[in-house]
Amino acid sequence: MRDIIRMIVVLAVMAACGGALLAGVKSGTAAKIEYQQLKFVKGPAIIEILEGCSNDPLVDRFKVKDGEVERGFYVGVFDGKANTVVFESFGKGFGGDIGVMVGVNIETDELLGMGVTTHAETPGLGSRAKDDPSFRAQFKGLSITEPVKVKPDGGQIDAVSGATITSRGVCQGVTDSSAFYSRLKPQILEQARAFAK
Amino acid sequence: MAKTIVQEFTKGLWEEIPPFRLVLGLCPVLAVTKTVANGVGMGVAATFVLVCSNILVSALRNIIPSQVRVPCFIIIIATFVVVVELVMQAVAYPLFLQLGIFIPLIVVNCIILGRAEAFASKNPPVASIADGLGIGVGFTIALGALAGIREAFGAGTISVPFSDTVIQLFGPSFQPFTFMVEAPGAFVCLGLVLAIMNLIGK
Repeated sequence: MRDIIRMIVVLAVMAACGGALLAGVKSGTAAKIEYQQLKFVKGPAIIEILEGCSNDPLVDRFKVKDGEVERGFYVGVFDGKANTVVFESFGKGFGGDIGVMVGVNIETDELLGMGVTTHAETPGLGSRAKDDPSFRAQFKGLSITEPVKVKPDGGQIDAVSGATITSRGVCQGVTDSSAFYSRLKPQILEQARAFAK
Repeated sequence: MAKTIVQEFTKGLWEEIPPFRLVLGLCPVLAVTKTVANGVGMGVAATFVLVCSNILVSALRNIIPSQVRVPCFIIIIATFVVVVELVMQAVAYPLFLQLGIFIPLIVVNCIILGRAEAFASKNPPVASIADGLGIGVGFTIALGALAGIREAFGAGTISVPFSDTVIQLFGPSFQPFTFMVEAPGAFVCLGLVLAIMNLIGK
């Protein structure tokens, strides 16, 4: 009987100590891990959109509550003014959801650029929406308040050849983002101001 | 019988070098040695877990009841593996993405449980540290060497661990021998290294 109690106590104490150590390490590394994930998963797209900004958009970020979900915004500072935000939206592609990063100038509501983060599109066809700079460049200067569409749908974007569905998904992602962008705009304006240098 | 601390350390480097002499822990040896950077990264992670678990197991060896020693060892090892996983995510995220599932799988790496059971649970902490370090460094060297052979033939490059540098070994006309970086190549390469080591050992 005493043996059994000893076993239980030793195991329980060790498990508790292990749990406590892990909780400590987890909370100690949480912020860094979040930053690393940003840097290597979403980061490349964000930095490409905000090319030439004078701050680190992965550090200068804020979150806004939109009903149930929290949306992350990354701030780009140009000429000392925090006038650009980048945020993620999703469109329906050929192989699943496409993560689309949208950069918007909050003074003029103009699109600064677009980048694809995560996707499951066909390599070499749909994946060119992510890799082809000339496709992405078409989004620059468009207005976020108007729907963005591919040319076959009566829009302004030349689809990537062989990947109309992917291109449509990207456009839909951009268009959808305008809904929550305009809904949250007062908060975005207020929060972004804090990052001006 | 009693060995010095130095002997405990050096035995892991040749006499008992894990994948080749003990032939233990082959899963990461075969799976992550596509590039030198991955192999060495895995080796360092496993060494950290091995040394930490050896210290704790050896320090607690008189407290842990022998009937539940294996669950106790597993708790210790699993804790340190999760620590490694979190720290690696925080400081070396690309390496973490590359190694993927093989980081959590260090828990079931039989080298670590084997050293806890066969050595640390019967020896004082200082000797256990030396043993863990020796076996860990030997494991890292073995992974690095195997990865070096596979990467050099399979891709014509050597990636420097813990940096983004990749050294091109051959000129642009090099045709990669891709068999070496595929799974069967790992078995063949491991077998050849084992054979060479046995030849030298005689």
